[in-house]
Amino acid sequence: MNHDPFHWGRPNQETYGTYNYNIAQASNQQHESQLDDFPKMHTQQPIITGTSVVSLKFKDGIIIAADNLGSYGSLLRFNNLERLIKVGDETVVGISGDISDLQQLERILAQLEIEEEIYDSDGGHKLRAPHVHEYLSKILYNRRSKMDPLWNAVIVGGFNEDGTPFLKYVDLLGVTYGSSTLATGFGSHLAVPLLRQLIPNDIDYTKVEEEDARKVLENCMRVLFYRDARAADKYSLVTIKSQTSESGSKQITFNHEKELKVENQSWKFAKDISGYGSKQL
Amino acid sequence: MFRNNYDNDSVTYSPTGRLFQVEYALEAIKQGSAAVGLVSKSHVVLAALKRNAEELGSYQKKIIKIDDHMGIALAGLAPDARVLSNFLRKQAMSSKMIFNRPLSTSKAVLSIADKAQENTQSYGSRPYGVGLLIAGYDETGAHLYEFQPSGSVLEYYGAAIGARSQAARTYLERNLDTILETDSVEDLIVHGLNALRDTLSQDVELTFKNTSVSVVGKESGFTIYDDEEVQQWLDKLDSVSNARNRDDDDNDNNEDSNTNTNEETTTTTTTNTNDNENPASEETTTATETAPEDDTNTTTDPSGDRMETDD
Repeated sequence: MNHDPFHWGRPNQETYGTYNYNIAQASNQQHESQLDDFPKMHTQQPIITGTSVVSLKFKDGIIIAADNLGSYGSLLRFNNLERLIKVGDETVVGISGDISDLQQLERILAQLEIEEEIYDSDGGHKLRAPHVHEYLSKILYNRRSKMDPLWNAVIVGGFNEDGTPFLKYVDLLGVTYGSSTLATGFGSHLAVPLLRQLIPNDIDYTKVEEEDARKVLENCMRVLFYRDARAADKYSLVTIKSQTSESGSKQITFNHEKELKVENQSWKFAKDISGYGSKQL
Repeated sequence: MFRNNYDNDSVTYSPTGRLFQVEYALEAIKQGSAAVGLVSKSHVVLAALKRNAEELGSYQKKIIKIDDHMGIALAGLAPDARVLSNFLRKQAMSSKMIFNRPLSTSKAVLSIADKAQENTQSYGSRPYGVGLLIAGYDETGAHLYEFQPSGSVLEYYGAAIGARSQAARTYLERNLDTILETDSVEDLIVHGLNALRDTLSQDVELTFKNTSVSVVGKESGFTIYDDEEVQQWLDKLDSVSNARNRDDDDNDNNEDSNTNTNEETTTTTTTNTNDNENPASEETTTATETAPEDDTNTTTDPSGDRMETDD
């Protein structure tokens, strides 16, 4: 059997002779005569997907979490994906949506870092979160304008030039917005209300301690695991904070925790859920 | 004129390891009128001497703005500088557009250095015939870079390029400490104009027509002062003509006393200039003869260009 998906369901070559690729104008066979005929393929749907990224600011920095699951439709296909990417010294990019496009973005960001290093020979010109966010928004909008989007929703976290925490969203349409509480996908429905209980107004993040922020974020990951059928209980978490040392200079720490588990699960509520599957009311 | 076999293209080394086309390009810079740049902790000043091709013609622009925080001064082939400044402007705009951050001075200067270097290594192209002083204020403070057609780029506290620029360099070297320490933009500009003044040939003065000044710094974006606007800075100078030429006036009036001119430092400056630019004439000229000798050079050339030694 020819394992190329383009040959699936087509008549056997030995029996019926060469397939006429001009039928349906579709082929991935690069015959010279067909180079121009081959239809251009654009992304129409994501294949392997990652679910929500959840994040918030606190008074010294930002905290962001995403689980390690890659779903193939409703099949929980991969459980070891890392969806939080470090860019530069003090920026994190959390990506949800199509995983192959995530990997493409990962390559683009790695390339960006290399180019930055080449030209910043004397140091001091840091690649910061706002720059990474602007860059990603330009890439995503450019691709959507070609009707061939990178199927992702992205959260960029880090620091502004003045040292204040930075948190901003951009998605496959090129839509951007910033907030002290941000989540993508299912999280924007389920997690953001919980985050906003801690930070009702955007400026209130300045009163939030790291421990409280983390507690709420852990709770969000738990709720998402309960309610989002594409979420897993294994996740990664990044904390970036700026601390003033005894000498008075600001020090930025980037802490990437992996393989965290959703703790304190309680499924007592499950027995009350009805209306799904075979169990009828 | 002496020719050699190794200067037909810029990709061939001479047996002594030199690239003649590149060296000729560096000579082209010396044909252009002078440009001076200097830095304090918070500001960069560029000052340049403009030339007009003929009396009724306009003056060639010497300082070009790249972005709100960056600009260049040029010496040499102005069309080449336009190509480079257009490229820099594009770089600055795309940095704003793509990353939402101003182009850093070091990145700007390295990007044109890469372009220039490519020309020294590809057949059928010629090196740029222009030297640039790049002034910028960015995240890491005030910067002044010198760009050369060889593709080399260096950062400076004070730099001067173009005709008779050695005189300006000498001034900057002598006043480096005060320049670096000054908090006043005005003082920085005056120092820049003083240095520029030393590059003037005889019977030329700094006027609002032939002088360009620019400042960039923490609070102020890149600002160019041209024409009437530059008069305010010229008014702050003690004199708008070259001290060396002022000596000459003394000489004319009182020839036998030219050795006891009270401005000893100036005499030494003149000597330095010629030592460096005119090594061939070193042994034949004495300190007192230098000034007149230099005058003959400049007067024989109607355009005011300094004649290079025929070697």
